[in-house]
Amino acid sequence: MTRMGFFTDTSICIGCKACEVACKEWNDVPDDGLDFLAMSYDNTGGLGADTWRHVAFIELPRGGSAVPSDAGQAGVRWLMSSDVCKHCTHAACLDVCPTGALFRTEFDTVVVQQDVCNGCGYCVPACPFGVIDKREPDGRVWKCTLCHDRLKADMTPACAQACPTESIQFGPLEDLRARAAGRLGALREAGVAEARLYGADEHDGVGGFGAFFLLLEEPGVYGLPPDPVVTTRDLPRMWRAAAGAALALGGAVAAACLPRR
Amino acid sequence: MGSNMAECHPVGFQWVMEAKARGARVIHVDPRFTRTSAMADTYVAIRAGSDIAFLGGIVNHILSGGREFREYVEAYTNAATLVDEQFVDTEGLDGLFSGWDPETRTYDVESWQYAGGPASPSAGSREEAAAGEAFGYGADAGEDGVSDPTLQHPRCVFQILKRHFARYTPEVVEEVCGVPADQFLAVAEALCDNSGRERTSAICYSVGWTQHTVGVQYIRTAAIIQLLLGNVGRPGGGIMALRGHASIQGSTDIPTLYNILPGYLPMPHAVRHPTLARYIETNTARAGLWGHAGAYMVSLLKAWWGDAAQPGNDFCYDRLPLITGDHSTYRTTLDMADGKVAGFFVVGENPAVGSANGKLHRLAMSKLDWLVVRDLVEIETASFWKDGPEIDSGELASAGIGTEVFFLPAAAHTEKDGTFTQTQRMLQWHQKAVEPQGDCRSELWFYWHLGRLIREKLAASADPRDRAVLDLTWDYPLTGEEPDPEAVLQEINGFGPNGLLSGSGELEDDGSTSCGCWIYSGCFARGINQTARRRPGSEQTWVAPEWGWAWPANRRILYNRASADPAGRPWSARKAYVWWDADAGRWTGHDVPDFPADMAPDYRPAPGASAERALSGTDPFILQGDGRGWLFVPTGLVDGPLPTHYEPHESPFTNPLYGQQANPVRQTFHRRRNRYNDDDGATYPFVMTTYRLTEHHTAGGMSRFQAHLAELQPEMFCEVSPALAALRGLVHGGWATITSARTAIEARVLVTERVKELRVQGRELHQVGLPYHWGWKGLSTGDAANDLFPLALDPNVHIQEVKAATCDIAPGRRPRP
Repeated sequence: MTRMGFFTDTSICIGCKACEVACKEWNDVPDDGLDFLAMSYDNTGGLGADTWRHVAFIELPRGGSAVPSDAGQAGVRWLMSSDVCKHCTHAACLDVCPTGALFRTEFDTVVVQQDVCNGCGYCVPACPFGVIDKREPDGRVWKCTLCHDRLKADMTPACAQACPTESIQFGPLEDLRARAAGRLGALREAGVAEARLYGADEHDGVGGFGAFFLLLEEPGVYGLPPDPVVTTRDLPRMWRAAAGAALALGGAVAAACLPRR
Repeated sequence: MGSNMAECHPVGFQWVMEAKARGARVIHVDPRFTRTSAMADTYVAIRAGSDIAFLGGIVNHILSGGREFREYVEAYTNAATLVDEQFVDTEGLDGLFSGWDPETRTYDVESWQYAGGPASPSAGSREEAAAGEAFGYGADAGEDGVSDPTLQHPRCVFQILKRHFARYTPEVVEEVCGVPADQFLAVAEALCDNSGRERTSAICYSVGWTQHTVGVQYIRTAAIIQLLLGNVGRPGGGIMALRGHASIQGSTDIPTLYNILPGYLPMPHAVRHPTLARYIETNTARAGLWGHAGAYMVSLLKAWWGDAAQPGNDFCYDRLPLITGDHSTYRTTLDMADGKVAGFFVVGENPAVGSANGKLHRLAMSKLDWLVVRDLVEIETASFWKDGPEIDSGELASAGIGTEVFFLPAAAHTEKDGTFTQTQRMLQWHQKAVEPQGDCRSELWFYWHLGRLIREKLAASADPRDRAVLDLTWDYPLTGEEPDPEAVLQEINGFGPNGLLSGSGELEDDGSTSCGCWIYSGCFARGINQTARRRPGSEQTWVAPEWGWAWPANRRILYNRASADPAGRPWSARKAYVWWDADAGRWTGHDVPDFPADMAPDYRPAPGASAERALSGTDPFILQGDGRGWLFVPTGLVDGPLPTHYEPHESPFTNPLYGQQANPVRQTFHRRRNRYNDDDGATYPFVMTTYRLTEHHTAGGMSRFQAHLAELQPEMFCEVSPALAALRGLVHGGWATITSARTAIEARVLVTERVKELRVQGRELHQVGLPYHWGWKGLSTGDAANDLFPLALDPNVHIQEVKAATCDIAPGRRPRP
C-alpha cells in the first residue's frame, strides 16, 4: 500500500495551534497541564504522551533574514513549527517493543495498539526524538497515530484538516517529497538561503521520516536532533560483539579452568 | 494596521498567506511584533495611538509627490467639490475645525458643507450628525453643487486635503509615531508603487483602529488613502474591517445597536421624527439608493407588524421605540450605576471582565433589580455577586446586593441552524451538528418563547402601548418547540405580491412589500436559501458567486463600477472586474455590477430625477448623495470632516501638531469610579494596549473553561521589552503589577525582543502589552486587563479607548485585600 505521511512546511506556520487542539479533540488526548512556561507562546512544552502535535515558538535575533525584502526595524524573528512523531522508516520504538504493541500499519505509519501495550517503556529511550512517552498513571505509552482510524475511513488526519494555511500537508509520501522539493526551490530562489528539508532523505540515520519538515534554520534551533540515528542501528553489531565477548570470556574461563600442568 | 490578523483571524489569514505565495507583499504596522508580523515581509513598530499621524503621512506623501491615481480621483471622489467658504481647517485653528462651541464641546457642522448647500436633506441628516446619534450617509451635493474639475480652486476638497495634511511629513511621523522616517517612506512608496491602473492594494484593520477616542477617523484616513490611490471598488483593493468574531458584521446589519434599525436605517428620534412622513422626509436622499428610504422603512414595518401595518396607521410607525440621545452601552452602564436602570439582558458578552473599567460594570450591575445572562457557561457577569473581586475585597457583600440574577444556558452555534455574516458581508448558512445538551436552547427559541409568553400575558390588555407586542408577526412554523430559522431568513428576504422577493429593487413604500432588512433582500430569492450554497471554488469562477450569498444582491465587491474607467472600460486587463457592454447596453463582468445595470457611462440625470437615477453614469458610490467617494466628509461625523492626529485621552506626550491635545469631542466621564491618569506621564509613564491571543476568545467564556484551549495560554501575562524589564526590575516568568488610576492588576511577565522601546519626541517610550482574556472563573484564571482602562469614548460610535492608555508597572504580585 502507498506510504502516507505529513509534510510540515514551517515557513507558512502561523502558530495558531489548531493542530494541537484538533489532535487532542479527535484522539481524546487529555490536557498536558495548565502551566505557564514562559517559553514564548509555547505552554505545552514539547511532544509527549499528552501532546501529539506540538507547536514550537522560537524567538531569534534577526540575522540571515528568512524574509529578504524586510525593511522592518524589529531585530527579531519568530519561528513557529508544528512538531509530530516522525513515523521513521527505521523505527527504533517498534524494534524494541517486546509485545508487538507497536506495529507498522498498512499506510506504513507507526502506531501503538493500546490494548497490547504492557507499559514496559523500552520504546521511550529508544526514540531518537523523545516523541513516545508514558502517560501516568495509565502506565502505557502514547503518541501520534497519524490518525490511523481516520485514514482507514479515507479521511485526512485531524491536524492537517484543521491547519488553516496548509502548513501541515497530508498525502502519499512520494507526492509530498516532490512538493517539498518544489517549495524548497522556490524559497531558495527567493533568497531564503537557510531553508532546508528535514527528514526527507531516505539515506539519513532513520531511513527518512514518514512525517518530514521544511525548516528555516538548523534543526537544533527548533530543538530537533541535527542528525538523528535509529537507536537500534548498532544493535546487531553490538549483539555480535557481545556474543564474541561472551565466547572469548567463556574461552578464557575455560582456559583458566584447565588443570595446570 | 490595527489588526493582528494571523492571531485573531487565522482562518481568514490563510488567504493572506495564499496571496503572499502568489507574490503579494505583506506589510504589518503594529505596536508589537506579533504572529502577523512574523509572517509579514515588512514589519514596522509604531506607538499605540499614533496611527493617524502615520496614515496622514502617507496621504501627504501621495499628494505632495503627485502619486494619486489622478483620473480615478477626478472622476470618482469628491476632490473637485467646493466646500462652504465659512469652513476653517485645523491648520487655522490650532487643531479645531470651524463651528466649535467650547460650552457644549460640540461642533456646529454647518460650515463643513459643500458650497451651494445641500438641496435636500438625506439619511442621517446634518442635525442628527451633530447630535452624534445618526448614521451618516448620503449627504447631498445638491443639484447646484459647485466643483472645479481642475482641482485647483483653493476651496475644493483636493486643495483643502493638501493643506490639511501638508504638515504630516516623514519627520513628523518619526516624532509622533516613533517610526524612523526612512522606514515610513519605504512603506508609503510600497503602497504607491502597488496602486494604479495595473495594481491594487488592500488595507486590513480591526479593533486596533476602532478602540480609540478618535477611532472612526483612523478608518477615515485609510479611506482617503485608498480613494487617492484608486483602491476602492476594484479587485485586490478595499479596506477590510476584520470583525471581532463570527457574525459581528451581521450584528450591525441586523443591529444590536441602539441607533439603527436593520439595513442601517436610522432609529427614529423622539423629537425629530414624530411621524412616518417626517422620518421618511428626513432620511430620503435626493440622489443615490437612500432615495428609496421610504420603501425600505415601510417594508420593514410590514415585516414586523404584518396586516396590522396599514397606510392609515402610518404602518405602525408609532410602535417603534424612539431615541432621545446617547443610549449606548457605556452610557447605560453609568445610568445603571446611578440606579436608573432596572433590568439588563446580557447575551454573548461578559462585561464584568470584557468591558473597559470592569469594576464600574460590576458595581453598576449590583444596582439592578434583575439581570438575565444567557451564555454557554456561568461567566463572571453571571456570578459577580457571589465570587467577584469586590466580594473578596469586602467592598460588596452578596447579602447586600438586591440584583436577582437569572442564568440561562445557551446553545452553541454547532447546536443550531442559522447564518453567520462575515467581513465580506457574506451570509453563510450553518447546520446544527449536535442537539444542545440539557436546558441549553438557541437564541431563536429563547426570544420566540419569551415573546410568546409576554403576548399571552398581555392578550387581554386594552392598553394601546401593548399593541406593539400584540400585533407583531409571531407566527413562525415550529419544529417541536424550535421556530424555523429559514422562515426568519425568508422574512428578512422579504415578500411581495408574488411571494419571495428577488432583491431590494422590488421594494415599495405603499405597503405592498415586506422586508426585514433591505440590504439582505435576495438572500432567499426564488425560494432557495442562497446562503446555504456550497459550490467548491474549483467548480466556479474566481469570484465564486455560488459560495454563500453576499449583501447587497450577492455583490462580492461594493462600488465595483469604480473598477472600470469613466467610459466603462476596465482600467487595465489585469484588473478587469465589471465593465460596460455597449452592444448589449448593460454592465457586465465577473461580479454582479453594483450599479443600475442599464445605466450607460454617458447617462446624465435630467433635472428632477431621483434616487439612483439622479446620479450620473460615472458615479460609482451609489449610497452617497453625490455618488462620489468622500475624501472630505461634510456630514455624518461629529468630530471633523477630516482626520487629525490627536493624542489618546491618556498619553505621556503632548500633541506636537496642534495646541488641541486630544479629540475635543471625545466622551469622558469624570466620576469617582472612572478616574483618569491626568498627570502628563509623571506617575504613569508607559503606554499600555490590550489585545487578543489565538488561543482564547474575547472575554474568555468560550476558551478559559476548555482544557484544550486553556492549557495553551494558561495564565494572564504581560509583554514587555528587555529594556523596560531592566528599568523596572521585571523578571521573565515572574510576576508584575500593572497600575492605573482605576486599579492594579497582576500578570506573569514575558520579556521579549518582540516588544521594542521606541524613540518618540526625542525620548524613549516603553509599551506594555496586555491580553484581555482573563477573569476569575474557569480553568485558567487571572486578572482582567480591562479593569485598568477608563471609559473614554469615541464620540461617533461610543467605543472605548483600550488600545492606548497610560500605566506604570512594577515587579511582584499585586496587594491582596
